[in-house]
Amino acid sequence: MSSSFVLQLVISGLLMGGVYSLIALGLSLIFGVMKVINFAHGEMMVWGMYIAYTILLFTGIDPFFSLVVSAGALFVLGYLFQRTVVNRIIEFPEAMQVIPMVGAALIFENGARLIWGPDYRSPASKFALSSLWIGEIMIDVPRLLAFLIAILIAALVFLFLKYTDIGKAIRSSADNRLGALLVGTDVNRVYAVCFGIGMACVGAAGALLVPLVPLAPHIGPPFTLISFIIVILGGMGSLMGAMVGGLIVGIAESVATIFLPSSLKQIVSFSLMVLILLFKPKGLFGR
Amino acid sequence: MAKVYLFLGLLLLILLILPLFLSQYLLGIFVFIFYYAYLGQSWNILTGYTGNISLGHSLYVGIGAYTSTVLAISLDLSPWIGMFIGGLGATFISLIMGYLAFRFGLRNVYFVLITIAFAEIGRLIALHLKPLGQFMGLFIDFKPGWANFQFKGNLPYYYIGLGFVVFSLIVVRVIEVSKLGRYFVALREDEDAAESIGVNAFRYKMIAVGISSFMTALAGTFYANYIFYLHPTSVMSMGFSIEIILRPIIGGLGTLFGPLIGSFLITPLAEISRSFFAKAGFEGLHVVIYGFLLIISVLFFPRGIYAYIKKVLSPVLMRSSRSTLSLTGRGKG
Repeated sequence: MSSSFVLQLVISGLLMGGVYSLIALGLSLIFGVMKVINFAHGEMMVWGMYIAYTILLFTGIDPFFSLVVSAGALFVLGYLFQRTVVNRIIEFPEAMQVIPMVGAALIFENGARLIWGPDYRSPASKFALSSLWIGEIMIDVPRLLAFLIAILIAALVFLFLKYTDIGKAIRSSADNRLGALLVGTDVNRVYAVCFGIGMACVGAAGALLVPLVPLAPHIGPPFTLISFIIVILGGMGSLMGAMVGGLIVGIAESVATIFLPSSLKQIVSFSLMVLILLFKPKGLFGR
Repeated sequence: MAKVYLFLGLLLLILLILPLFLSQYLLGIFVFIFYYAYLGQSWNILTGYTGNISLGHSLYVGIGAYTSTVLAISLDLSPWIGMFIGGLGATFISLIMGYLAFRFGLRNVYFVLITIAFAEIGRLIALHLKPLGQFMGLFIDFKPGWANFQFKGNLPYYYIGLGFVVFSLIVVRVIEVSKLGRYFVALREDEDAAESIGVNAFRYKMIAVGISSFMTALAGTFYANYIFYLHPTSVMSMGFSIEIILRPIIGGLGTLFGPLIGSFLITPLAEISRSFFAKAGFEGLHVVIYGFLLIISVLFFPRGIYAYIKKVLSPVLMRSSRSTLSLTGRGKG
């Protein structure tokens, strides 16, 4: 097999990996701050996709622009969800937190099924079929755009956490909850905002995926699992780890299609996750 | 305790006579009540008693169902024998997973994730195996007869299901009163403390995983020969794992009767609401209700319904009620 074919797969995997990174970034941020694993992550991303899809359907605005709306809507959803459910289970033992989060995942997935129906949809957006050629390598324009925007959003999140007051409050609550409380941080509000930001990341990522992935209510769980894999690979709570892990998983899944049917490509990432869990459970960037 | 056993004996007697008064449809619902009560009890051994949450128990159901079915199709082996071979297969896989997870000290969420990973890998492999029908699923020929584990009508399944439930109750009760059960609970409440007084955490968690997966796999054979159709997305998916865990959580984790009570409450509700909402065009609404039930039960009844029933019944049935400890730590104090 030609090396350009492999390079092609690596590049398309890398571009997809950028979006994976953004999804995992939200999960890792939430875990890093609240020590809660969001089992409804992929399901919430599907809501981001459906919001962008609905806007495309009714107004014709491309998902690359309407991602602002899906991110905003998911921020509100995340904020409310944190306030009503997540905040009450933060003190529970880790194992017991899993169950309500799984419950939320069921609600989101089947809520989407009730609203938008169970069928696959792949809306035609403007750039859907355009592509660039660099030498022998073809690059999907929507993939490239999705990658660039995802990296841009991730960078914005990093800057937000680093330089704004609320970002600093989020980081301080993550480092030391009691200390943050002592200096007068409204930790509950900070947590809710943080959950909202995590959800905004997946909302935006969902919008970016609309031109790339056929949309259906049940595609959420695989994305939840992919984001778990990425976050474990990168290290739970490490934002840099989520970014790098996303790219690695994207490339691994894409290259795996050389020797496996594409419906089996997830086996590679699951095996990766099992290996990481066993030999370096803190992940590549874990503290 | 004598009064409790008397009460249970009466209950069993009622359940034995009950089919005389039930229609085929109601019998079918009871079959599913028993099926999920049994599965919940099997899962309860691992999660309720040792505190390691498994979200991958559908894997063992799948292994049990496929092993006995494929053996029956290819070698004409009776599912009654294939059932135990499937159980051993599931135990083997679960011990590999348990060895890896516990040897490397994975706890809490990390354990949950490795169970999910194993189940998903299993499902993906099953989807691509030729003898399992790949994406089409596996249809099972209907050859009624005791040797084939296949019957006309729901009545034999009712009694076999009831037998399964009684079997699981006895197993869990024996575990509960033996040293094994005490070790399990000690590990659940505080693994480090239990280890420090000499409980071999690795060994007892392995035993729990092994028993739990073996019993779970037996139910797979039952399911295969009741439904006559197997597909990895129905018997090996995470959604099915959630179905398994829902009932014991609502009934009461780590209690003998929790899974049974949970199943008696949830299964008829699920069956009726499923068909009702599907007819009304709200496919999936019953799962939304499941989701709310999971959230509400953990937020407001973290110890399950059994804890409340027990409070009402204990003056009648038991002279002294032992305190039940809960996974959430709320029962302490």
